[in-house]
Amino acid sequence: MGEPITIFKRPASLRDAFTHYCPGCTHGVIHRLIAETLDELGLRERTIGIAPVGCSVLAYNYFYCDFQEAAHGRAPALATGIKRVLPDRIVFTYQGDGDLASIGTAEIVHAANRGEKFTTIFVNNAIYGMTGGQMAPTTMPNQVTTTCPRGRDVNLAGWPLPVADLLAQLRTPSYVERVAVHTPRHIIQAKRAIRQAFQYQAERRCYSFVEVLSTCPTNWGKTPAEACQWLDEVMVPYFKLGLKKSPDRPPVE
Amino acid sequence: MAKKLMKGNEAIGEAAIVAGAQAYFCYPITPQTEVAEYLAKRMPEVGGVFVQAESELAASQMIFGAAAAGARVFTTSSSPGISLMSEAMSYIAAAELPAVFINIIRCGPGLGGILPSQGDYLQATKGGGHGDYRFLVLAPSTIQETVDLTIEAFRLADKYRNPVMLIGDGLIGQMMEPVDFEGRTAPPRLDTSGWATTGCAGREPHIVKTLFLDPNVLEQRNRKMRDKYEQMKREEVRFETYLCDDAPELLVAAYGTTARVVRTAVDRLREEGVKVGMFRPISVFPFPDEPLRQQALVPSVKAVLVVEMSMGQMLEDVERALQGRRPLHFFGRGGGNVPAPEELVRECRRLLGNGQGGR
Amino acid sequence: MQREVTFAGFGGQGIMTAGKLLALAGMAEGKEVAWIPSYGPEMRGGTAYCTVVIADRLIGSPIVNDPENVFVFNRPSLEKFGPRVRPGGVLLINSSLIDVRSDRQDIVQVCVPCNDIANALKNGRSINLVGLGAFVARTGMVGLDTQRAVLEREFGKKGKGEALRAASEVFEAGVRAVLEGQGAKTP
Repeated sequence: MGEPITIFKRPASLRDAFTHYCPGCTHGVIHRLIAETLDELGLRERTIGIAPVGCSVLAYNYFYCDFQEAAHGRAPALATGIKRVLPDRIVFTYQGDGDLASIGTAEIVHAANRGEKFTTIFVNNAIYGMTGGQMAPTTMPNQVTTTCPRGRDVNLAGWPLPVADLLAQLRTPSYVERVAVHTPRHIIQAKRAIRQAFQYQAERRCYSFVEVLSTCPTNWGKTPAEACQWLDEVMVPYFKLGLKKSPDRPPVE
Repeated sequence: MAKKLMKGNEAIGEAAIVAGAQAYFCYPITPQTEVAEYLAKRMPEVGGVFVQAESELAASQMIFGAAAAGARVFTTSSSPGISLMSEAMSYIAAAELPAVFINIIRCGPGLGGILPSQGDYLQATKGGGHGDYRFLVLAPSTIQETVDLTIEAFRLADKYRNPVMLIGDGLIGQMMEPVDFEGRTAPPRLDTSGWATTGCAGREPHIVKTLFLDPNVLEQRNRKMRDKYEQMKREEVRFETYLCDDAPELLVAAYGTTARVVRTAVDRLREEGVKVGMFRPISVFPFPDEPLRQQALVPSVKAVLVVEMSMGQMLEDVERALQGRRPLHFFGRGGGNVPAPEELVRECRRLLGNGQGGR
Repeated sequence: MQREVTFAGFGGQGIMTAGKLLALAGMAEGKEVAWIPSYGPEMRGGTAYCTVVIADRLIGSPIVNDPENVFVFNRPSLEKFGPRVRPGGVLLINSSLIDVRSDRQDIVQVCVPCNDIANALKNGRSINLVGLGAFVARTGMVGLDTQRAVLEREFGKKGKGEALRAASEVFEAGVRAVLEGQGAKTP
């Protein structure tokens, strides 16, 4: 018998902690992908994360690196402040859809448009989680929430806000990709995108943005398995996955 | 270095550079935009950071981020912009970070106008943002004093790990006066290594946060902050008296530009033999309660007059300081009107019963 | 001792600069000075004015509603500020653009055809310096030589002496206008 081989372990960039996330929630997966990336690229000791307001407000209890906690929607402004005074550090914001796509739209658009050289991980689960299941800017048409009890009426509330696609329209060079984490195959793709985003930042190339389609079984009123299926059948056809913009591919004039 | 003739807004910018400000985040708003214009040129020259943000909301949150990352930072704005910055102010105070905010006050409420006012006194001294916090608030009345207090504001922000605000009305921003930077230097920087988020190489991670869901933990922080404010009350009270030593009959309390108008009125009344003195708070939080009370309770003083470019805000602090022990009167102008010395002379005469018509 | 002047005209006449140059001369003489502008909407195409206070002690009120002297460069300014001149004070009028006079008898009125003088020297934009020369020569609020030294310092930096030569030329023409009677007292 040889020595036991470790094939799976907690990344050094995560603390040894139980999370407060609900069963079936994919925040944990996304945390792990970021932590693995920080480990693999050797960035942990010079990284400053920004926690949003929302379910992931306590992200600093799970990541093992410096962290700041932002006001609702303002994480990109904090990140700008930090990155401008500490340009050689790695700065990332971790934001949900209420935070980033609603109250913080001005901050995210302008940070991206200035080409601030930090990274945003945007967790889109089509609902407000922490406040208990209200309509988000990314809530799907006819999706029922506590503030659209008859389903999202696109005539009154508009269509779900496709943030990655919007940011990809900006002339300022950046990296923008949309991924999902509801199947192992998608998780592998998401990991590659997140790693690419941090890689671009480490190279001081550009602003980088990864939108991650995520599940919220609790507020969707579904089992974890049903939630993954709903994400695949309802969200993915609308929020098209894939690379939206890359600094390696200059926009066509 | 010879004195320079400078606009208040430009002098603020230069003073911040002298004070060692490393980053300035801003959004244009009259009547303080010259600070941004000045620093857009100057900050790159001294290796500092200048960012014009997309809003005052964002500018002030950039201050939050940069302050937590250990930089000496500040911003300037005017009343409506300060309302938007109030969100970040609450967070920065809660996170116990040093930062300097300067409000060149314009008249309001709402969009109001762009002319001078002191209508943000209560917002500044009683907390414009949410929650149980205070700013240390200084109110200069000349451009030179604006320079000196701007530099001092950075020292005090570090001393207390609390935001410090300078309030000046539009005239302070727009006026030019000679200023002297001779001998002015950057206050020593606070050691930020124990808490700043700079990357955790060689140490445990630092977390800068303001969410404390455990009531006992949060209350403990509230108490600690209260202790700081009490220390400010003991150590940072500043004021000036003018012609108060010869048994004046009337004491006039005013701050900022208004105090200069009062000074002129006092001079004119003195030429007529009317004994009037002036009390000028320089720190408005902490408010000089005790010194004011002492001046007001001199037996010769028959009454106290408060003059403001508002409908009566500092008045509430004076009222509190006097504890009802002297008759208290108020003269206020609004809408951007600055009181004229003549009208103050008339008002003082009237109060002392020797104005036209007598009493 | 405190002396004051309000310069008033429309945007683009160099009113603010004239005031600043005067304030610099006051500083050069070791006095306390304050330069107080109009600002805001009034800057945008409407009347522009600034007040300069020069004193030998700390300056109190920056607002002077009855300045000792007023120099008006256009007609709306005459109507606004003419009535405010302190009795016994001097009202200087840019007679190139203003064809009326104040009906006040308790002040001295001095006409200076600033635009005509500046145009004659092919320096039509410098009516403010014509006015400044005339004002300093007439009121002695600062010494003429002090003001000349300030011009030398401020304009000497620009170009190869050309700016200073042009500025001095119009300034001196303004000085002569009041000293040699062109800026005669009205009626």
